[in-house]
Amino acid sequence: MSELVVQALRKSFGPTEVLAGIDLTVPSGSLAAVLGPSGCGKTTLLRIVAGFERPDDGAVELAGRTVASRSVDLPPEKRRIGIVPQEGALFPHLSVDRNVGYGLRRGADRGRVAEVLELVGLAGYGDRMPHELSGGQQQRVAVARALAPRPSLILLDEPFSSLDTGLRAEVRADVRAALSADGATAVLVTHDQEEALSTADLVAVMRAGRMVQAASPRGLYLAPADLGVANFVGDTVLLDGTLSGRCAVTALGALAVRAPMPAGSAVRVVVRPEQLVLTADGDGVSARVRDQVFFGHDALVHLELSDGAVVTARSLDAAWAQPGLDVRLAVRGEVTCFSSQ
Amino acid sequence: MTLSASVQSAPARAPTPVPARRRARGRLPLGLSVAALIAAVIAVLPLVYLAIRAGQLNAARVMDVLSRVRSFEQLGRSVLLAAVVTMGSLVLGVGSAWVVARTDVPLRRLWAVLAALPLAVPTYVAAYAWVAAIPNIAGFGGAALVLTVCCYPYVYLPVVATLRGVDPAWEEASRSAGVGPVGTFRRVTLRQIRPAAAAGSLLVALYVISDFGSVSILRYETLTVGIYRSFTNNPFDRTAPVVLSGLLVVVTAIIVIAEARSRGRGRYSRLGGGAARPAAVVPLGGRRTPVLAGMTALSGLALGVPAASLAFWLVIGRSGEMDVPEIFTAAATSAGLAVGGAVVTTVLALPVGLLAARHAGWFPRLMERAAYVGHAVPGVVVALSLVFFAVNYAFGLYQSVPLVLFAYAVLFLPLAVAGVHASAAQSPPALEEVARSLGSPPRQVLRRVTLPLAAPGIAAAAVLVFITCIKELTATLMLQPTGTSTLATELWTQTSVRAYAAAAPYAALLVLLSAVPAYLLGRRSHRWGVRHE
Repeated sequence: MSELVVQALRKSFGPTEVLAGIDLTVPSGSLAAVLGPSGCGKTTLLRIVAGFERPDDGAVELAGRTVASRSVDLPPEKRRIGIVPQEGALFPHLSVDRNVGYGLRRGADRGRVAEVLELVGLAGYGDRMPHELSGGQQQRVAVARALAPRPSLILLDEPFSSLDTGLRAEVRADVRAALSADGATAVLVTHDQEEALSTADLVAVMRAGRMVQAASPRGLYLAPADLGVANFVGDTVLLDGTLSGRCAVTALGALAVRAPMPAGSAVRVVVRPEQLVLTADGDGVSARVRDQVFFGHDALVHLELSDGAVVTARSLDAAWAQPGLDVRLAVRGEVTCFSSQ
Repeated sequence: MTLSASVQSAPARAPTPVPARRRARGRLPLGLSVAALIAAVIAVLPLVYLAIRAGQLNAARVMDVLSRVRSFEQLGRSVLLAAVVTMGSLVLGVGSAWVVARTDVPLRRLWAVLAALPLAVPTYVAAYAWVAAIPNIAGFGGAALVLTVCCYPYVYLPVVATLRGVDPAWEEASRSAGVGPVGTFRRVTLRQIRPAAAAGSLLVALYVISDFGSVSILRYETLTVGIYRSFTNNPFDRTAPVVLSGLLVVVTAIIVIAEARSRGRGRYSRLGGGAARPAAVVPLGGRRTPVLAGMTALSGLALGVPAASLAFWLVIGRSGEMDVPEIFTAAATSAGLAVGGAVVTTVLALPVGLLAARHAGWFPRLMERAAYVGHAVPGVVVALSLVFFAVNYAFGLYQSVPLVLFAYAVLFLPLAVAGVHASAAQSPPALEEVARSLGSPPRQVLRRVTLPLAAPGIAAAAVLVFITCIKELTATLMLQPTGTSTLATELWTQTSVRAYAAAAPYAALLVLLSAVPAYLLGRRSHRWGVRHE
């Protein structure tokens, strides 16, 4: 078991409070993403867990053992936590084999080096020097190096941000596969919501030194804790509405509200663009097409409602929705509401 | 993520300052700290001991030395020489830098190399060559001339680098604002090169004030010569040399403080990514011939005359008898002492440089400052203090090799610490953090990551110290075991009895050896020129 438990962690640098009481539990064997904008304290959290910074208050427990608290400060080398830094940080003077084998005891099972290189898809690259590898390969080696000593936990600090978009998805998927093949518990720090949602089992959203919400990717997307989270994890259509029973009455009609219901009757309603269904003469309210932005896999259609509000619908097949056309607009599924107060 | 008219973006948040992560966690490694402390104590010992001795002096006798006309003459000569050489170096350095960086002077690349080359000639070798060619040159005029043509590269090098780095857009803006070329040079260009020129000038002043070899060869009795004389003439009188040393230290301290302040001020060079466009070249037109003549004269005085004189005396010397075994012995002694000096100095510099590169806080900073004391204390003062220290507390060390190495360590620790610090700072701290997380305790990280990565830079620093030790004259002269001599001291001894032919081979060997650091420095500055992303 290698569960990570972070409790009420606080850290200030001078007068700036960077972490204002962080709680986070990552179950053994799962991959958690800590998602937040830059400057929200997520890297500081990671550095405290790794042992490069001391917390002012709170505790970090790994596999049932306290590694950091007010009285405990286990040095990084005793924590059994592997890290994968942003740029990989391979040792430039060591070959790939030696980089990966760095954390293994001398005379230990050298087969482990080949095994983890195989896991990240770089079997046979052992004799290369880091500068002979591409950025994506370097990142894979960094992951293999972190995995090799079978740490209790692996920390990944925006490890894919330096890669091109195309390569990023591929390396991400491979790293994800390698981590689960090794049964590793991992924490991925990122500011990219798509990366967090697509990679992690659990996404924890941080904002200004606080943990705002921790949930499964789907739960986070469908039931964000507040408007900020809703905006941060995906595109939103925001409408004013009035609660009536289990429905919110809006310019798009009466929409089914997902529990929990907010207090009061005046609410802000969050609809995802892909929940809007566009038809020529189906259900829903009438709307007029303003324009659309085509992305290849789908398109965003901007529509004006009868009250003048403009909303955005994501549509897979919107070629027919020419600007100026009057269409019908319905909402599929439940929506999320927040109290307007 | 795509935002459209009704797709609301997240509310703006106040950016939190990102903490400095350049340095490792606060806890200082004990072993490294103790080693750094030892190095720092060694570095400040001569100065502290001198202060203690000065405190024990009889006040009446101190006043006696201070009221001697000679003391003030010596002090006055030191200050006058420093002022004249500094002014001369400023004019020559800025002028030649401008010619090389901004004009269409023919053979521009050649002048760029020649203008920096005088640094490769030890000043006392140049002084020997000049006095051997024109014996009458001895005195203030000769000292000022020789030191100026040897020292102006201290101004030339930083200024030419600044001129090349300055964004021409500023000068262009000034020109298009209606200011003429002269006005633009005065109001824009000069302002940009002022910090570099000031720092270089203060280095020149510091060098001249501390110099002993060339002024003694050119028989111009400055304070350093006065200290050496009062020490050799009457070894039992401790008052005069200590008082004069105190005076000298005060003067150098003033210069060093001024230099540190000038360096602390803003930089005008262009910062940030991307190289600036090269500045427009100023056509010299009709001034081409006088400029060319000036550059030729400068290189002729700085390099041509010493080279010709040295060649002449080498040929004369070969026609006479050349004492090959003696030269060989001196060279071997020089090399031996220099190897020892390089090893001792680099070993002492390692903890100081590593600590300063990796840890914040007052202790590493203080240790590094202490190690830099040798930068400000003239060799003659360090040597004097060590002589008194040995005579009082460790007579066995008096005129022994360890004491010479001690002096080298004090004098050249700044050089080695700078090298170690720079090379250790080059490897990103993330590498060491990764190593820690992979299970290596700090000592192992040092051995397996930090030192292997810094090794080339540390080796280069050690080589520089080695060659600087070979050139060292003053402290070696005062501390070397009786009966032995090095290339430098032998050159000095032969020159002081006007045996110019006998001195020639030593001078030639010293020039040869000094060319190596200039070459190494040049290569290193090329490497530093490469942008490390």
